Amino acid sequence: MSDPVDGNALAGDLRASLHAEMTAATGRCGHCGALSLVGELVVYLDAPSPVARCRHCGSVVFVVHRFREPPQIVWSGFAVGEPPAA
Amino acid sequence: MARAALPGRLTWQFARVVETIAETPTAKTLVLEVPEWPGHDAGQHVDIRLTAPDGYQAQRSYSIASAPEHSHLELTIETIDDGEVSPYLTEELRVDDELELRGPIGGYFVWREELGGPLQLVAGGSGIVPLRSMLAHRAAVSSEIPTRLLYSARTLEDVIYRDELARAGEGVTLDLALTRAWPPDWAGLTGRVDQDTIARVTFAAGERPWVYVCGPTGFVEHVSASMVAAGHPADRIKTERFGPSGTGGS
Repeated sequence: MSDPVDGNALAGDLRASLHAEMTAATGRCGHCGALSLVGELVVYLDAPSPVARCRHCGSVVFVVHRFREPPQIVWSGFAVGEPPAA
Repeated sequence: MARAALPGRLTWQFARVVETIAETPTAKTLVLEVPEWPGHDAGQHVDIRLTAPDGYQAQRSYSIASAPEHSHLELTIETIDDGEVSPYLTEELRVDDELELRGPIGGYFVWREELGGPLQLVAGGSGIVPLRSMLAHRAAVSSEIPTRLLYSARTLEDVIYRDELARAGEGVTLDLALTRAWPPDWAGLTGRVDQDTIARVTFAAGERPWVYVCGPTGFVEHVSASMVAAGHPADRIKTERFGPSGTGGS
């Protein structure tokens, strides 16, 4: 398995889906409660759908289904605050 | 595909290759004309999508190499030997070919002159690409913000933008660290960038620089941890990681 990258790699999918720049937004992990920037999440790209995990506890916080257009973000425990102005 | 771009919406569009520039034996810059380019900030990237005749698609992210002030969009691509996307971009793509992309993307790993400085840039391999955009932006607006670049590459031959960086201009200090091989008369740094290197050639924490670190995942983890250990607050350190080699993928 390749090394993980970070949340910056999913910025395009997030914006295409949510119509907002998300990498500078902060969210709270629903599993361990840690606050982190979306751009700092741990991201695995070598999966049929890329997976974002919390950098602190490693739990999956969302998955991106790229076979949908626009991409579908499936959240599994990440409370995102207001994104900064795009 | 022919949808008009709506504000805030990110849609795929076609760019035309107007020039290709060989930077190193493995890295090439694509100079692109993008009809509906809304402008970008230094540090942002684009997503590129290739579609095979059978409909199979592969998508990768590539950092923007050009300054916002430049007339064309430039991407510098490092070839990954067994990559799915990069060999096509660096070896097959020709002038006048079209390429599907969307962008600009990203709001976290960006630097604008108004943000101020000092500006500390740290690059590993092709992690230099978004930092080159920042340096070119700094030059384009005649900024006097004190800037240091620590750039780690395997050999001198692998240093992207070598001539341009050597004449980066007033207020920019460049330190090259070669990790695999170096010329006999090499006066620069050698070996892996470690805590000692960082202490010697980067701004001290007391100068409160903005720190941008871009490179392979292991490099970025190591450098950012060393910067935090040296007393830099985590919220002044911005990081962008890509796979073991290449910019944002293969």
